[in-house]
Amino acid sequence: MRTFDTKTIADCVYRLARRAGLRLTDSCRAALVRAEGAETGAAKFALRTVLENEETALRERMPVCQDTGMSVVLIRLGQEVRLTGAPLAEAVDDGVRRAYRDGNFRKSICDPLTRENTGDNTPAHLHVDLVGGDGVEIAFLPKGFGSENMSRLFMLTPAEGREGILNAIVSTVRLAGSRPCPPVYVGVGIGGCFDSCALLAKKALLREVGSRHPRADVQEIEEEALHRINALGIGPQGFGGKVTALGVSCEIAPTHIAGLPVAVNIQCHCVRCEKEVL
Amino acid sequence: MMKKLTLPLTEAALASLHAGDPVLLTGTIYTARDCAHRRIFELLDRGAPLPFDLKDAIIYYAGPCPAPEGKACGSCGPTTSARMNSFAPRLLDLGLGGMIGKGEMSEETREALVRNKKVYFAAIGGAGARYGNAVRHAECIAFPDLLSEAVYKFEVEDFPLIVAVDRTGKSVFSR
Repeated sequence: MRTFDTKTIADCVYRLARRAGLRLTDSCRAALVRAEGAETGAAKFALRTVLENEETALRERMPVCQDTGMSVVLIRLGQEVRLTGAPLAEAVDDGVRRAYRDGNFRKSICDPLTRENTGDNTPAHLHVDLVGGDGVEIAFLPKGFGSENMSRLFMLTPAEGREGILNAIVSTVRLAGSRPCPPVYVGVGIGGCFDSCALLAKKALLREVGSRHPRADVQEIEEEALHRINALGIGPQGFGGKVTALGVSCEIAPTHIAGLPVAVNIQCHCVRCEKEVL
Repeated sequence: MMKKLTLPLTEAALASLHAGDPVLLTGTIYTARDCAHRRIFELLDRGAPLPFDLKDAIIYYAGPCPAPEGKACGSCGPTTSARMNSFAPRLLDLGLGGMIGKGEMSEETREALVRNKKVYFAAIGGAGARYGNAVRHAECIAFPDLLSEAVYKFEVEDFPLIVAVDRTGKSVFSR
């Protein structure tokens, strides 16, 4: 049994948020560099601007993108951990609040009806998975909404199968067009139920761009979806080109005999994600 | 060599712009996103004065991060322009000089650009630090309660943009 004051978790969320706002993940940057080499004209100009932008962000200590997102915090909490201090959700919000203030990040969270801004980017979207052991693993994903707005959930029938899944993924990217800041990173959830399927899609975005699912049949869907998406020709920023997606990552879970849920969560080319194990 | 443009755009400058051209833009622009547009429309409907003169003004679809110490503006890249499709045609018909944003806009907006011989520029989404760093002076001129969604008057220098829709209606977007 390990004991943690949730202040430790608040401080960890603070560190992760500050870091995530200023830089892309290494795998995202590498994919953007490859894409820049493959494109020409306005598409190449867009990718070069994006790569130079990250250097400016780090040098000037300014967020890479002004949409510093909804703060998605995913925690894998060992069940042999005892938490003391403020309730976990309050501690996470405390970390977010301080990071967005000190980092000069935009506060983008508001009431859905009155549209009144909460003023400090809280509440975070916190999800906790209880796992074995005594570790605490925290992932921080600042999720921009230009891309989140283009995400979709499908309740397919089992008969639609693999082809239905591929159509769901590709049609989502096609309908999004130039709007979500392509080249996008596509997180896909397959299976589970209505809500857990969407969460799987979000968790898929925590994986490195270009990583492959361990199961061969899932890998094959990832590769085929990426191939079909890049044949769409939308290209960087919608200017036309070879690279419309940097990668597709699928996560799966058992589902009901009557259904085949598929969730497609779109992430823009600014993949920002930081993780730490306590 | 990239073409340099200074606002306000002259007839000759507008005529020389073609969809897909990269340009560096310098001058005064105004930010407005969803909520600010809604408020501007309420003012228009009431016949009340607007926070800035629409005539030949350029609207930048953006909401900045707070400015770090010693800087005029924080990170400030473009937001998705398509959300402003319901506003842009009327503003263009009232004299708006053009827009800067990201992504394709509607056919109705494209027609309004052609009708008014105006241009829509694409800024590069996700390049917030680059754009924020090119803002030399920023001032909140309306709706401060909207925080980042308020209307800011920016003096910008060498904003890297692509001509997205030129005044003949030609578009850079692939569809």
